[in-house]
Amino acid sequence: MTDNKKIGFFQSGTPWVWLNAGAVSISMIMVIGLLVLIAVRGLGHFWPKAIWQIEYAENGGITKLIGERAKTESVSARQLREAGVKHNFEEEFVERTLLKIGNRDVYGFDFRLTLSPLENSASLPQDLIVLERTEWGNFYGELVAIEENGVSVQTSMEDLWDELSPRVKRVDELRDRISKIEKSEIGAINFKMEKLRLQTRAMELAGRDEADEKAGMATKKAALDEDYEALKSRLDVLYAEIRRDAVTLHVMTGEEVSINLSKVVKATRPNAMSTLTKVGHYFGNLIDFVSDDPREANTEGGIFPAIFGTVMMVLLMSIIVTPFGVIAAIYLREYAKQGFVTRLVRISVNNLAGVPSIVYGVFGLGFFVYVLGGNIDQLFYPEALPSPTFGSGGLMWASLTLALLTVPVVIVATEEGLARIPRSVREGSLALGATKAETLWRIVIPMASPAMMTGLILAVARAAGEVAPLMLVGAVKLAPSLPLDMNAPFLHLERKFMHLGFHIYDVGFQSPNVEAARPLVYATALILVAVIILLNLTAIYIRNHLREKYRTLEQ
Amino acid sequence: MDKATSTIETQAKVNWRWRKIKDEMMMRVVQVGGAAVIGAIALIFIFLLSVVYPLFEEPEVHESARYELPSVTLGPSLILGVEEQAEIAFRVTKDGSVLFFDVTNGQSVINYKLPISDDDAVLSVRNVSEASRLLAANLKSGGLLFFTHEYDLEFTETERIIHPKVVYPFGQEVIALSESALTQFAVGENEESLTVFFQNQEGQLGLTGFEKVSSFINDDVVLEEIDNSFLNSSHEPVALLVDPEQQWAYVLDDRGTLALYDIRDVASPDLQEVIDVTNKSSKPTSIEWLIGGISVLVGDDSGVVSQWFKVRAVGDVPYTLKKIREFKVDSSAVNKMASEQLRKGVVAAAKSGKVNFFYTTSERDLMTISATEGEVQHIAIAPRSDILLIEDSLGQISSWGLDNHHPESSASGLWGKVWYEDYQKPDYIWQSSSASSDFEPKYSLIPLTFGTIKAAFYAMLFAMPLAICGAIFTAYFMRPKMRTLVKPSIEIMEALPTVILGFLAGLWLAPYIEQHLPGVVFVLIFVPLGIILAALIWWRLPFEIKSKIPEGWEAAILALPIISIVMLCMSASTAVEAALFEGNIRIWMSESLGIGFDQRNALIIGIAMGFAVIPTIFSIAEDAIFSVPKHLTSGSLALGATPWQTLVRVVLPSASPGIFSAVMIGFGRAVGETMIVLMATGNTPVMDFGIFEGMRTLSANVAVELPESEVDSTHYRILFLAAFVLFMFTFFFNTIAEIVRQRLRRKYATL
Repeated sequence: MTDNKKIGFFQSGTPWVWLNAGAVSISMIMVIGLLVLIAVRGLGHFWPKAIWQIEYAENGGITKLIGERAKTESVSARQLREAGVKHNFEEEFVERTLLKIGNRDVYGFDFRLTLSPLENSASLPQDLIVLERTEWGNFYGELVAIEENGVSVQTSMEDLWDELSPRVKRVDELRDRISKIEKSEIGAINFKMEKLRLQTRAMELAGRDEADEKAGMATKKAALDEDYEALKSRLDVLYAEIRRDAVTLHVMTGEEVSINLSKVVKATRPNAMSTLTKVGHYFGNLIDFVSDDPREANTEGGIFPAIFGTVMMVLLMSIIVTPFGVIAAIYLREYAKQGFVTRLVRISVNNLAGVPSIVYGVFGLGFFVYVLGGNIDQLFYPEALPSPTFGSGGLMWASLTLALLTVPVVIVATEEGLARIPRSVREGSLALGATKAETLWRIVIPMASPAMMTGLILAVARAAGEVAPLMLVGAVKLAPSLPLDMNAPFLHLERKFMHLGFHIYDVGFQSPNVEAARPLVYATALILVAVIILLNLTAIYIRNHLREKYRTLEQ
Repeated sequence: MDKATSTIETQAKVNWRWRKIKDEMMMRVVQVGGAAVIGAIALIFIFLLSVVYPLFEEPEVHESARYELPSVTLGPSLILGVEEQAEIAFRVTKDGSVLFFDVTNGQSVINYKLPISDDDAVLSVRNVSEASRLLAANLKSGGLLFFTHEYDLEFTETERIIHPKVVYPFGQEVIALSESALTQFAVGENEESLTVFFQNQEGQLGLTGFEKVSSFINDDVVLEEIDNSFLNSSHEPVALLVDPEQQWAYVLDDRGTLALYDIRDVASPDLQEVIDVTNKSSKPTSIEWLIGGISVLVGDDSGVVSQWFKVRAVGDVPYTLKKIREFKVDSSAVNKMASEQLRKGVVAAAKSGKVNFFYTTSERDLMTISATEGEVQHIAIAPRSDILLIEDSLGQISSWGLDNHHPESSASGLWGKVWYEDYQKPDYIWQSSSASSDFEPKYSLIPLTFGTIKAAFYAMLFAMPLAICGAIFTAYFMRPKMRTLVKPSIEIMEALPTVILGFLAGLWLAPYIEQHLPGVVFVLIFVPLGIILAALIWWRLPFEIKSKIPEGWEAAILALPIISIVMLCMSASTAVEAALFEGNIRIWMSESLGIGFDQRNALIIGIAMGFAVIPTIFSIAEDAIFSVPKHLTSGSLALGATPWQTLVRVVLPSASPGIFSAVMIGFGRAVGETMIVLMATGNTPVMDFGIFEGMRTLSANVAVELPESEVDSTHYRILFLAAFVLFMFTFFFNTIAEIVRQRLRRKYATL
């Protein structure tokens, strides 16, 4: 078309071809743009941000503001006037900044808006520090003093910072010890106590009344109580230890605020950092993010339980879905009579992959949780009733539901793999006297295994990203304990769990402080996307590799 | 035969047998496993259906007992009632006895006597409030005595014993209202106050308001009169009513008219409206509240019960009574009616002894029973609607077991317009729950289905052109090298979790588009124009430059122009908004065009869900176009057609079934998508097709409401029905698409 100048531009169809090309281009730009957006916002979350000190003109005076610039946009001056800003701007457009000023416990809010023309000066003083706290969000200010047991530590102002870091580290170690005692040791005692309570209840229900059994339980309980008391006294010591130090900071309103170090997770001085230190902190933050528990209704801290829950659920699902999916595929392809019924079944299985995931969730809730779980509770856990054991959403039901959701994916992929194996290979095996089972087991399945692998990976990728059914069958905002721990039977299938996708939905849409949680949601999304893309790329790679392999076999 | 060979042979035989067994076992395992998986998949369908089915089951009723009136010597009852567990019932007789008896056999449990003097007598008793179990006895001496029936539960090792008792919440004194006995009366009561509306022997209608005053010393409550008044009525009232909030009083008279009085000021009741409630040929026989105190039920002598409530009027009166619907009970006169206590169901008895059950909201005529040879005197429904007691004129009580779980659902209720209480007109409404217990649930699936289709429509509007055009280019024009890059990218796009798309749409795209609305319009106009312009420039370029880049890379060339056009449009957006729309296009739109704007609207859904659907459509359509046999296109090109002509005349016609099936599958996916609509719409079940309005879809509705709904309730089953509808819908569309695709594949195979 391009080299044939005799036809006109429109007549040649060139514009339409280009429009089609444009569609591909737009789709690709959207995919890449989306990934870049998530990557930039998600990765940016960990970079130590500069803290600005701004002299701001308002109410006829000058206010000092300290905070991070969270978002900057340009707004028309007219819009601002309509919104009630009494200032005559010379420019038509004004830069408006969302400033994260933190210190929610002092000011009552953590964000405010500033307009660039009203900023008299903006500087980055080196001595501004950020405290990440266990509650009330970040704290910004200037370090004034450090107190140990209520007595102020005598150092020069220059050395204060160097004095602070080791103390924060000390508190961090203490906190780790406390959480270890609280979570694993006291958790174990609580678990045993609950077990004892259920045993007693089971005895009552069974109508047994044996004195020695009761006495045994009582001694066990006494022993546990004793253990608990011992741990508690150890904890009290640690709590006293952790509360030893306090810092006093000068905040932007001029007040001096004292903060106990036991509430401080991390102290940084981002303005004083060199790029290299920032990189170091960046990776430190990243590691903390994937390994810490969430804080402050999930809007701060890490996402470790969500990652753990997702992985556990996906693992369990894989264990369930692989054998069943493969067996069903082998049945359909190798054993079932290839007739109308098989074709019908095949179409149905294909279609199930397109049935909305929420339908599986509804089925999971109605059948697994209420029918199966309810009956299991009646039969095996009557002592815990009326509080449900398996009769409410949990890890097992979520895995089963997702296994059902992804079984068509595995079946379709495995069948495709089985279909690709040339007849000649099978016939060769049978001709040598192998039975059908032997042919399948020794020849066909090994050859089709990459296809099964592809199916499994695709199933895992789908399961990891699916949220709608999990909302119904067991994913929760905040699970009190992980589904895997050191208490027998170690794997607690009935427990509720956290999930990355549900975490995104919950923090982004149900949290009280969406603005503060937004960077965290991007970071979580980034991790989820990274995992899923990796899985998919692997599946695509295996599939292409497989095609090449059989192409050579067929020739 | 030597020994060694025979050993080998036996060995081989054993081996062979063992191998056979293994073969057999494997076959069994695979067959059982395969069948189990397929069975599990079928189970989804069967289970969903089994949960939904009871919604449409016909209710059942059976007579469980029939016995003589307990203490029959005391005469017929003035009122009949059942307690919550439906084990004990009571009746009140003329001499002031309150007789509690066993529902199953009529055996007396305990008897009480109201504190009235020996020469006094009870003329009638009315239920004041089902919730507080308050009754009012109308005494011959001209006053009312208030009492409640209460039950103490005692648990022993093996059973639960119910101890009934009579309590006088306002003391044992009679509230005197008139010198002589009242001929008619009605009482309205709530937490703070109580109003009595009555007719005395002189024919005057009196209204007396009381305030409930708690004593300082103990918890006793006494009634203190606040105000009273009399009003005149020229016709003989048949029945009086006062609503629980004591704002409205109704008088039904023997002409068949219903008068509505505004009694918010007890001292000066204000006649609002007089309306004819029966046909000219029939006369009203009874009037009763439907539970909740909003609707009035009027029974007449032609056997019809009609439901009325007040609707905001246009004229000088604020409200006017409207007939909402009517039910034919029997051909004989309606003589008794009773409303269910937790639902909007009604039981009405006719003179012939027939008793009819119907449900107002769903307009379901549930069933009719022949309860008695005589006339029905009293009806009592247990609070949980599981037992019905009927007393007849033959001095017998019959007890009926009811199996009536989901009267609220009907095809007309789910899919038709329903006139709900306090609404101006019949409408499609989804509102499944509220704080109050006598709330009328509104289960119309229409707004949800509408929302689903709207969301899918806008998504397809966005996705179809991009996906199909993209597929055409990728399959037919693109260089293979670029294709190996593009296809996996689009496949990855398919795998992106929708929760991430929903989150970006709700938290990033929606506010962004709200700020840059004119920019979005410019993008829609200038991007296609820009592409054509780019094509024209490329067309005019000298051959030397063009030959550097081979054909089939147009998509890559276009990336830069498209990005720059989009960025230009967006940066111009604010300026244009300031210049043309006074700085705020949303206000401008609502003021001059009357278009409302939700931040999370159909445009956002269209883009976000379109993004999710593009890869589905793209990959199937691309497959279909790519697998058009090469000799067809080669033939066309050899005959001198341009590539575009070949595409339009040869490739597309033969690939069109494949493209159609791609669109079907994409549509199915858009219909069932949950997270995106959950996060990027306002989730309000409105019926507006506007692009800037939100919606609520079936799937999002299920996700939001199912965890909170009570198991096996009507709401629960209706949500399952929604899921079942989604299941069937997508299954249907996918099957069609699959069959079309298989046909196409066979066709290509033969070519």
